[in-house]
Amino acid sequence: MSSVAVTKKKGVGAVIWDYLTTVDHKKLAVLYLFSGLLFFAIAGFEALLMRIQLMFPNSDFISAGTFNELLTMHGTTMLFLAATPLLFGFMNMVVPLQIGARDVAFPFLNSLGFWLFFLGATFLHLSFFMGGAPDAGWTSYASLSLYSPGHGIDFYVLGLQISGAGTLISGINFIVTIITMRAPGMTFMRMPLFTWTSLISSTLILFAFPPLTVGLFLMLVDRMFDANFFDHTMGGNTIIWEHLFWIFGHPEVYILVLPAFGLFSEIIPVFARKRLFGYSSMVFATILIGFLGFMVWAHHMFTTGLGATANAIFAVATMAIAVPTGMKVFNWILTIWGGSIKVTVPMIYALGFIPSFVAGGVTGVMQATAPLDYQLHDSYFIVAHFHYVIVGGIVTAIFASFHFYWPLFFNRAMSEKLGYWTFWIFFIGFHLTFFVQHFLGLMGMPRRVFTYMEGQGWDLFNFISSIGAIMMAIGVVLMVLNMLLSIKSEPLNCRDYWGDGRSLEWALKTPIPFYNFKQTPLVRGFDPYWIEKQEGNPEGMTYAEPLGDVHMPNNSILPLIMSIGLFVAAFGALYHPDGESWSVPVMVIGLGITVLAMIVRSVKDDLGYHLHAEEIIEIENELYGKGGNK
Amino acid sequence: MKKGLKKWSLFPLLAAFAIILSGCGEEYISTLRPSGAVGKEQFNLLLLATSIMTLVVIVVSVLYLLTFAKFRRSKLGEDYMPKQVEGSHTLEVIWTVIPIILLLILSVPTILATYKFADVSAMDEVDEEGNPTALTVNVTAKLYWWEFEYPEYGIVTAQELVVPTNEKVYFNLKAADVKHSFWIPAIGGKIDTNVENVNKFYLVFDKESAGLNGGEGVWYGKCAELCGPSHALMDFKVKSLNRQDFDAWVAAMQATEGQTASTDSTDLGEAVFAQNCLGCHAVSAVSPAGAMGPNLTTFGDRNRVAGILEHTKENVEAWIKNPEKYKPGNLMTDMYKELTDEEVSAVADYLMSLSVEK
Repeated sequence: MSSVAVTKKKGVGAVIWDYLTTVDHKKLAVLYLFSGLLFFAIAGFEALLMRIQLMFPNSDFISAGTFNELLTMHGTTMLFLAATPLLFGFMNMVVPLQIGARDVAFPFLNSLGFWLFFLGATFLHLSFFMGGAPDAGWTSYASLSLYSPGHGIDFYVLGLQISGAGTLISGINFIVTIITMRAPGMTFMRMPLFTWTSLISSTLILFAFPPLTVGLFLMLVDRMFDANFFDHTMGGNTIIWEHLFWIFGHPEVYILVLPAFGLFSEIIPVFARKRLFGYSSMVFATILIGFLGFMVWAHHMFTTGLGATANAIFAVATMAIAVPTGMKVFNWILTIWGGSIKVTVPMIYALGFIPSFVAGGVTGVMQATAPLDYQLHDSYFIVAHFHYVIVGGIVTAIFASFHFYWPLFFNRAMSEKLGYWTFWIFFIGFHLTFFVQHFLGLMGMPRRVFTYMEGQGWDLFNFISSIGAIMMAIGVVLMVLNMLLSIKSEPLNCRDYWGDGRSLEWALKTPIPFYNFKQTPLVRGFDPYWIEKQEGNPEGMTYAEPLGDVHMPNNSILPLIMSIGLFVAAFGALYHPDGESWSVPVMVIGLGITVLAMIVRSVKDDLGYHLHAEEIIEIENELYGKGGNK
Repeated sequence: MKKGLKKWSLFPLLAAFAIILSGCGEEYISTLRPSGAVGKEQFNLLLLATSIMTLVVIVVSVLYLLTFAKFRRSKLGEDYMPKQVEGSHTLEVIWTVIPIILLLILSVPTILATYKFADVSAMDEVDEEGNPTALTVNVTAKLYWWEFEYPEYGIVTAQELVVPTNEKVYFNLKAADVKHSFWIPAIGGKIDTNVENVNKFYLVFDKESAGLNGGEGVWYGKCAELCGPSHALMDFKVKSLNRQDFDAWVAAMQATEGQTASTDSTDLGEAVFAQNCLGCHAVSAVSPAGAMGPNLTTFGDRNRVAGILEHTKENVEAWIKNPEKYKPGNLMTDMYKELTDEEVSAVADYLMSLSVEK
């Protein structure tokens, strides 16, 4: 693959093959982005169907059973298969560039992580066509999930097991990348905040996913082989599932929200033209949130009956998280204070994020008040709360970053005008949908209900909420349209698209060549590109090495084959309890494919290749014209 | 222009007002209009927490809007270069310490109330004669219905909980099949009914339910934990009576001892019921708890059919003909032979006649 002329037109088949085999973090980022967007759209559509059902009392648009499938798949998909890959997309794209690396530490694993995630997610979604989706909620509490007939829960268990392995692999990869692949001079306390939050978030993945894996495995053997880990009639205990799930489930929220904080910490300084205020306390707050995130899981179980002492301890621990989170909010505001605010689409999302997220945060503290939570728990209040955090915090960060990083991804810009339309429609729709839900909860409406009777005082607010959901859907459609339109727009071929870029990723000219940096940059301080710009350096960076040969990894189809093997084996496992005669052979064949691919990978030396200095000069001339990346 | 602005500025104000007014909800189901000591204390916590949090939101919003208004590039000029500030220790300390103080203020009543609500020691207290001093109700949640047992009085009822006012009523709660959660929003917060252990808590009912909702006369209770397709339909109702009326109700319930339906009855409804329904549904309140189906001794006094449908004979008939249509996933469907229209009608008449209050 050496000396690929990047600008040369390739056939469709070659492009597809390239993406199936790629180990380039930027191409994997694109794959993450589009698959995340696909699942985001599916889960959003599920939400829309639910809101249409709840628009009027006693509605029979959707049956009770289908509604439970929709609410389960909406939650599961949004958290595991939409928000996670979308954030991984940005992490993949931006983190190596920010730390001045040519790729992640383990490019092969990076590809494996993606394909495991993608095939696990696909497996889970096939449930809709193969006898019914899971229907016990994204939390899949054990007594109900063991009781649930059909294969829905098996799809949930196996699909999440496979995609969870992918997430874990990617998390480990990012930890190693950030610790070992930083350019000379990029000390820990010079790392951009998005890299920091990616590091902490990946660490959380490392500690939080194993409990989920264990829980899913126990559930798997309970359902497949009649083990009795959760069957109380045989001495099992369902509360153990609640603990395992939430020991994972609460950090999961921080796994998602920390990178979102990181993204805003990149966007805000750029459009305020000012250094991030209180950098070291931001780093400290991130670490503290990550740490405390593991100490609070039982606040999801205040009504389970753990007793007064457990409830009191977890209540206070949960409140404590508000302190570092508050530090972050004030630091963002102080970053803007005294700056020069340019309102752009990414910035307007950031500006909308601050009050929305604060609103979601304070309702969280209200629910940390355990005795008050006895009223709020499992009511629509909690639905309002976590959507304020997830949509107001995470989804706004993702939408903002689409606009912000689109030039790095595709060397194109998304339309600002359409972007404002999207923002306002989505943002107003979001508040309409979820603000009134606080009151619905306080007025006694439980969550996860497929219908409600009239005369309970809930009709008006449910109607308002559904209108808001329709607006959000329109907003998302506009955004996708904006993305599609950008393909038609002129290539940017520029550096520092937003004009006030500060970190290393903006020092590169787009399109970014597959090796990222022709010479490894030397980092001379926090915000390295800003420093170089202030000193009038036209290349945007100082180099730590002379131009020389670059070592790059080879593409490989093996990650895809390994993932397909597990995907196939999962079908065998799924139908095994039915006594199908083909189930064991299918399991053996599937696992065989995976093991074989692993043996090939281990036995066959793959040392990568060297890209010579002359080839680099040739590629740069072709990309940027004579003179290369100047 | 100015006139238009004025008109428009009224809209959000009115909208906000409407939301605040209707935000209180209906008295028989809203947590914002509590009618018991537990609910009231939780409501007070809600007010305390909301005021602290509103304060935080206001401070952040004002600071943020001020910043946004003051430092726009359109005002400062395209080339303005802000001072690159690193941070401020003083400010860091301020916005760390103030939230900690606010949270301490909130955490003290939180801890106190947590222990208070968990105190069920009075359940075991007995008077000189060895009778328990406090009323305890054993609640069992089952797939889409609720069973209420009064161990002290030896009676059982279902779907409609009856309690005395102005005293602590203690509950032992458990689920028979999958996890549910017991919630009477207007009276106090919920507690889960787990499958493997008994949870205990108490509630206080301040007010008699007789006058509620234009004569409907019940508090609304809900299942708050996803439990299957009919989770949304797993409602129950609560009647709160003064102690005297409650005692009278208990006596009337106890008087149904031995009551049963006979296959030999001349009443077609009773005979059909005895043949097809009695196996699961008792018609005497003095029956063992843990039946397959809800106890129907007080059916004629109830306020809903199956917890959700209006209490009319037509709905009873419709329910008996096809329960699956009204509560998907319920365990009654197909448990009895198909009945003729005449039989269904007779059973419905018989059921509506079952009463201890009339």
